[in-house]
Amino acid sequence: MPDTLRHYLFIAVPLLVVLAVLPSVYNNHLLLFNFVIFFILAQGVNIIYGFTGYLPFGYVGFFGAGAYGFALMVMHLNSPAPVAVLAGGLVAVVLGLILTPLLRLAGAYFSIANLAAALAVLHLIANPALESITKGPYGVALNGTFNPTWAYAGAVLILALTLGIVVYLKNSSFGLALQAVREDSFSASMSGVNVVKMRTIAWLASALVAGLAGGVFAWYVSVFYPDNVFSADFSIFAIVFALFGGVATICGPLIGVIILYGIYNLIGFTTPQYFQLIYGLLIMGLVLFLPAGLVSLATRRGWNVP
Amino acid sequence: MLYPLIAGVLFGLYFSLVGIGLNLVFGVMRIVNLAHGDFLMLGAFVAFGVYTAAGLDPLVGVPIAFALFCVAGLLLYWILVPRLQRARDPEMLSFILFFGFSQVIEALTTIVFGTSERSIPSRELANSLSGVRAAIFGGEATNGPFQIFGLSFPASWVVAATVSVIAIGCVYLYLYRTRLGTLTRAVMSRREEAIATGINVDRVSAAAFGIGLGLAAVAGVFAPFMFGSFTPAFGIDATVTSFVVVVLGSLGNPLGTALGGVVYGVSYMLVQTYLSSWADLLPYVLLIAILLLRPSGLLGRRVRVA
Repeated sequence: MPDTLRHYLFIAVPLLVVLAVLPSVYNNHLLLFNFVIFFILAQGVNIIYGFTGYLPFGYVGFFGAGAYGFALMVMHLNSPAPVAVLAGGLVAVVLGLILTPLLRLAGAYFSIANLAAALAVLHLIANPALESITKGPYGVALNGTFNPTWAYAGAVLILALTLGIVVYLKNSSFGLALQAVREDSFSASMSGVNVVKMRTIAWLASALVAGLAGGVFAWYVSVFYPDNVFSADFSIFAIVFALFGGVATICGPLIGVIILYGIYNLIGFTTPQYFQLIYGLLIMGLVLFLPAGLVSLATRRGWNVP
Repeated sequence: MLYPLIAGVLFGLYFSLVGIGLNLVFGVMRIVNLAHGDFLMLGAFVAFGVYTAAGLDPLVGVPIAFALFCVAGLLLYWILVPRLQRARDPEMLSFILFFGFSQVIEALTTIVFGTSERSIPSRELANSLSGVRAAIFGGEATNGPFQIFGLSFPASWVVAATVSVIAIGCVYLYLYRTRLGTLTRAVMSRREEAIATGINVDRVSAAAFGIGLGLAAVAGVFAPFMFGSFTPAFGIDATVTSFVVVVLGSLGNPLGTALGGVVYGVSYMLVQTYLSSWADLLPYVLLIAILLLRPSGLLGRRVRVA
């Protein structure tokens, strides 16, 4: 059995099945939905940061663009929700295309520019001057499409797609080429890797899943403000979860979400500042002592972690 | 037209002070201090403490904040940086490390002081100097608005701009007229060669780190007056603004920051006057445009790769 199939069957499928069954035995559907969203976003960060080394500090820009893509389709064209979710993904890809020049920037410059781009999109959408189109800072209410059950199913489906992309990257020569670019783009291009094209594909794939996640999020909550869907918390959580577990693996980001988002829901809702303190300290400890994430505890011993 | 120009220059000089510490730290250590804005926020708390607890002029907070955060910076340097510099990709990891640190600062401040907005009446700033001002400019010993070309500006803006000019002057003197400053410039331009010639890079870097944090805290003392109010969560916005100013001037060239600050301040005031609903968008668009078109800043060296 090829590794691709094995990884998908033994990591992705069990997770998807559990997520599909859980709503019927567990009552807090919003919590489950948020878990699925963060699985998607953490894996999306994994696609771009883990495999290409670009840390997207404004990753939420794609998520918010997807949410507003969904909202605009529903508000102005009365389109059915699944079509609007796809449109959300498309909007995020278009935003990604517009932002491809940012990939020319290295390291921290890219992260800063990406953060600025996300904030620019937020301020564009929240601009009172565009109220007739986006409803500006007053937020949107989409009562017609409200259907949490189907939105949850859509989210699980998007997660399946995202996991498929990550499994493919992990096991294909394309993913290997991307990692070579991350390590040393010059040598990679000397060995015949089309650096710019590969980077752009990974970037757009990562934008797509975040946009789809944003669309399905808009479908699920149906009432939101620009500040909700462009909240920096989405970027930060997704990055921290992915890093905590360990990027460039399939399991790492999933483990990160389960542990950290689990802790967040135990203590974060009542006392967010204590959670902030804990995850601040966790990040610092991680960078100083375990820069490759939790999975490096295993890989250091020579175990192979998919 | 004249009003936004002068207001822009006053604000711009202040923004230079906001950014210069960040730039000094980056120039010397290649460390991206994402917690920069949080030190600004802590400086604002120093001013608040000086005013409410001791009943003194918030201007007294300037030397206190500088001394306090210089020492804090030296301690932090020895705890965090040498470990970080040994890692594989210090620049990227510093980004994440200081992000975690900024979360810790924000969380601790929230736990201690709560989330409420705080402000200080702007007439309190430099109130103790109103006698001196009356002696120089004539008139009564009040702390009313300043008259420049027949237009009146809040005294706090003028005081903040004056202190900023003095502080930037001191940075200039430090870099160009002291021995440690000369060594600092050597480390900035060629780190490896500086090590090879026997310069104690750690000592130079520690000094730069301490001064950088001290300057951030000094800028923070004026934050309640320039931004109206402050909360523990205000750090991240301040960090983004500092980045805009620094990148405009050019990363790694502390004196370019002064130019960047003025350009930013003037353009901000112009947009605010003529297109106020778009003013929030300006810093981000400006940042992206500068990074893409002239990544080395208005003055300075190449930073872009690929």
